[in-house]
Amino acid sequence: MAGIYIHIPFCKQACTYCDFHFSTNQKLRKPVIDALCLEIEMRQSEINEAPSTLYFGGGSPSILDSQQLNQIFRSLSNAFDLSALEEVTLESNPDDHTEEKLNLWKSLGINRLSIGIQSFIDRDLSLMNRAHNAKDAELCVQKAREAGFEKVTIDLIYGIPNQSEEEWKSNIQRAIDLNPEHISAYCLTVEEKTALYHQMEKGEISEKDDEVIEQEYLTLQCMLSESGYVHYEISNFGKPEHLATHNANYWKGLAYIGFGPSAHSFDGANKRSWNISNNAQYIKAVNSGGQFLDEEILRPEDRSNEQIMTGLRRSTGFDLDQFPKEHALMVQQNINAMDDQLKACIWQNESHVGIHPEKWLLADAVIREIMIDS
Amino acid sequence: MKHIRNFCIIAHIDHGKSTLADRLLQVTGTVSERDLKEQTLDDMDIERERGITIKSHAIQMDYKLNGEQYVLNLIDTPGHVDFSYEVSRAIAACEGALLLVDATQGIEAQTISNLYLAMEHDHVIIPVLNKMDLPSAMPEEVKDQMVELLGCERDEIISASGKTGEGVDALLAAIIDRIPAPKGDPNAPLQALIFDSVFNPFRGVIAYFRIMNGTLREKDLVKFYYTNKKYISEEIGVLRMKPEKKKEISAGNVGYIISGIKQAKEIKVGDTLTHFEKPCSEAIDGFENVKPMVFAGIFPVETDDFEELRDAMDKLQLNDASLTFEPESSAALGFGFRCGFLGMLHMEIVQERLEREFDMTVITTVPNVSYFATTTDQQRLVVNNPSDFPDPSRLESVEEPFINAQIITKSDYVGSVMNLCIEKRGALKNQVYLTSDRVEMSFEMPLAEIVFDFYDRLKSISKGYASFDYHPIGYHVSNLVKMDILLNGDQVDALSALIHKDNAFHLGKKICLKLKELIPRQQFEIAIQAGIGAKIVARETVKALRKDVTAKCYGGDISRKRKLLEKQKKGKKKMKQIGNVEIPQQAFLAVLKLD
Ligand SMILES: Nc1nc2c(ncn2[C@@H]2O[C@H](COP(=O)(O)OP(=O)(O)OP(=O)(O)O)[C@@H](O)[C@H]2O)c(=O)[nH]1
Ligand code: SF4
Ligand SMILES: [Mg+2]
Repeated sequence: MAGIYIHIPFCKQACTYCDFHFSTNQKLRKPVIDALCLEIEMRQSEINEAPSTLYFGGGSPSILDSQQLNQIFRSLSNAFDLSALEEVTLESNPDDHTEEKLNLWKSLGINRLSIGIQSFIDRDLSLMNRAHNAKDAELCVQKAREAGFEKVTIDLIYGIPNQSEEEWKSNIQRAIDLNPEHISAYCLTVEEKTALYHQMEKGEISEKDDEVIEQEYLTLQCMLSESGYVHYEISNFGKPEHLATHNANYWKGLAYIGFGPSAHSFDGANKRSWNISNNAQYIKAVNSGGQFLDEEILRPEDRSNEQIMTGLRRSTGFDLDQFPKEHALMVQQNINAMDDQLKACIWQNESHVGIHPEKWLLADAVIREIMIDS
Repeated sequence: MKHIRNFCIIAHIDHGKSTLADRLLQVTGTVSERDLKEQTLDDMDIERERGITIKSHAIQMDYKLNGEQYVLNLIDTPGHVDFSYEVSRAIAACEGALLLVDATQGIEAQTISNLYLAMEHDHVIIPVLNKMDLPSAMPEEVKDQMVELLGCERDEIISASGKTGEGVDALLAAIIDRIPAPKGDPNAPLQALIFDSVFNPFRGVIAYFRIMNGTLREKDLVKFYYTNKKYISEEIGVLRMKPEKKKEISAGNVGYIISGIKQAKEIKVGDTLTHFEKPCSEAIDGFENVKPMVFAGIFPVETDDFEELRDAMDKLQLNDASLTFEPESSAALGFGFRCGFLGMLHMEIVQERLEREFDMTVITTVPNVSYFATTTDQQRLVVNNPSDFPDPSRLESVEEPFINAQIITKSDYVGSVMNLCIEKRGALKNQVYLTSDRVEMSFEMPLAEIVFDFYDRLKSISKGYASFDYHPIGYHVSNLVKMDILLNGDQVDALSALIHKDNAFHLGKKICLKLKELIPRQQFEIAIQAGIGAKIVARETVKALRKDVTAKCYGGDISRKRKLLEKQKKGKKKMKQIGNVEIPQQAFLAVLKLD
């Protein structure tokens, strides 16, 4: 049941909102991948069951050439039994959807593409400094289908400054028309230390009002559900048979192992670890046998709070029966003590507690109330 | 006794007292190289973080000169004007003072006021020209200033550097040579001045004393003059880097005593320690009670914690004799204390020490000075709290305290200093050129205008080249009004402030805007209004919360996000719930943060 995550920390250019770990300097690509393969070899004993999901994220994994991807797959199959893999996802950017790359991915066993479309409008794409244009966005799904990909998920962004309500609706409609199996939609978030943050500080771009964003979210929910997508997590929608497996496993608290700079791992019980998020230091540490990851041991309270947090972000909610007794009691007390307005955001069904999907935009406020004191 | 020297180091803020003390500790071998750091004596976290001394710190050193062994008791003092009470108590325990002057800055306002404190106690003053290692030092010019101020000979001034250690040997020789050994009779009845104290959770109260006469031994039966209670001196000792136990301490020396005192109120700084049997015939002149400059409320965030807060304040007061407080109650905040502070920095430090040393979460309310209000029936009331301000219909007149401010600056900045003081309702009274480019200006100004952001602004408009000192000069009639703040229609008494009428509209607008920025959005809309009497002068709205969620929560986000949410949850607990509105601590000081 375990999952494998591979972090490819390179991008063609930096999107203005992005605070992931990546570099636009390709010089270290080869040594990072060499080190990543070495890491796979060194840590193979950490999972002793055949993994069921494999996920290439980043950064931009679609930037890799055939030789580099082949090298990673070789290391993976030397280290693990890949025969039970069900979902093999690669995050791709529309501008990388060449016939050659699509065929390569297909031939390696990748069976799901997660395409970073974000918007079908050139003005939005250049505002965010995406590497692709509206035409790439229109054509990428089609091309993936032609190469034989049956599972496609696309990313959309809402809350984009200067985008009108009509434009947002048309973005959703175009996404629906492409008929992907799955859609993730994220609110544009202004993270510190990003270019977008500085543009906003300087007043070059202004953030959209919460009221407008709330409206965009509600429109999204409404249009996607009318088109048969199930809203199963705050930012994720899927056709009934096509909910994401790898990502859902994070929320269910299953084990995963992450390779590459900044990748995280969880042993499925109480240990989380994360790799150095600096390419040069990662290479050096891995090659010299040094320490390239930090770890923390979760206390039972921490695990309960993780379950509350990830559970309340999903349509299934969390299950109080999974909690130690005293934690379940505290959670129930916290729920009872909530003020009426917040209480109206949640549902409780036997031992399950969740947030009504139309109130998901207040999820953090609810989670803070329900979490137990740590 | 003739081998003891008691002295303190005094100066304007940042002139290098604590750094020079490091060199003295080092040369005398009082602190090991391993334990030596920058400003070793600044041992409180707040002192180290802010890089300033807040508490006087006494320490004993040994030094051999010309074959004779000496005991040197040094007290490092703070330079900031808010802590001048610490300086005056240190001075009372010594016979001499090192007056430091930063050679790059010259004489500044607290150089003068601290010098006068030392002269009142007939101290021998050793003038020290410090920071001589800096290229920007102006030794000749500053020596001129010192000679003029002190009436000393030019060659009495010792050039030194706390960075390089230059002049430290000469300084030690001068301390032994010029400062008289303490006088006093070790065989007379015990008479010791309590100049400081601190609460220790394991040992109870530790009191610091300077013996004027007599000898104190371990296990002696002692009493304090003021409280007349008897104790056994369980442990006595001298103040080294760590306290060092002694069997006896005699006249002229400085030390500490632990005597099983558990309650803060059993002891008072300034009191005289003596033997229970055969007491001294009279107490030493204690310290004048300090007169607070600013008043503000301190309340526990959790109303239930009032008794705990009282206990913490009592204990803090042991170590901060300039803090005064009395109980008060607020409709919005429940029970708390109206506290008197020597200034804004003092207020900030008290709040921070309560939080750090006593683990209290407190709210400090808008500070104000002390006013007199005369009512129509000719009563004259003291108003230390906006809520005591009489209703306008009963109010005949208000008087506010004025001060005389002395500002010393470079002549280039005279214009900007003038503008600032006039903006602060000041009137120029005098202006003298100390040298061709140093000017001393005196203004009469309302105290209320200078206790808030005056000092910071003065520093910034003069690029650091202005120093400032002030003295109260009495009360003048003034046009004051009480501005109330309403949240969703309900007045929050703890947010009321007394302000000058001419500023009312302007300030009301700014305060509402600031509160809007500080009060987080909640599930409902919050109306913020500023009112004077029944009249609303400003209004802002905090819109209802529509979005409070992070978009992504995948593998790497889970731990970080959980910790963030937990931290925010803790932060929420520190907010004060008034009605159903949650208000963060700093919102109560919003008035001070207006720009
Ligand atoms: N170059 C140089 N810098 C010095 C010297 N003495 C102190 N400093 C610097 O001046 C600053 C203030 O020094 P402190 O020793 O903390 O000054 P202080 O007089 O104790 O300050 P307060 O106790 O807050 O009044 C620090 O940054 C020191 O490093 C010196 O002799 N030479
Ligand atoms: S492509 Fe993805 S990872 Fe790279 S900068 Fe853009 S958003 Fe960030
Ligand atoms: Mg100091």
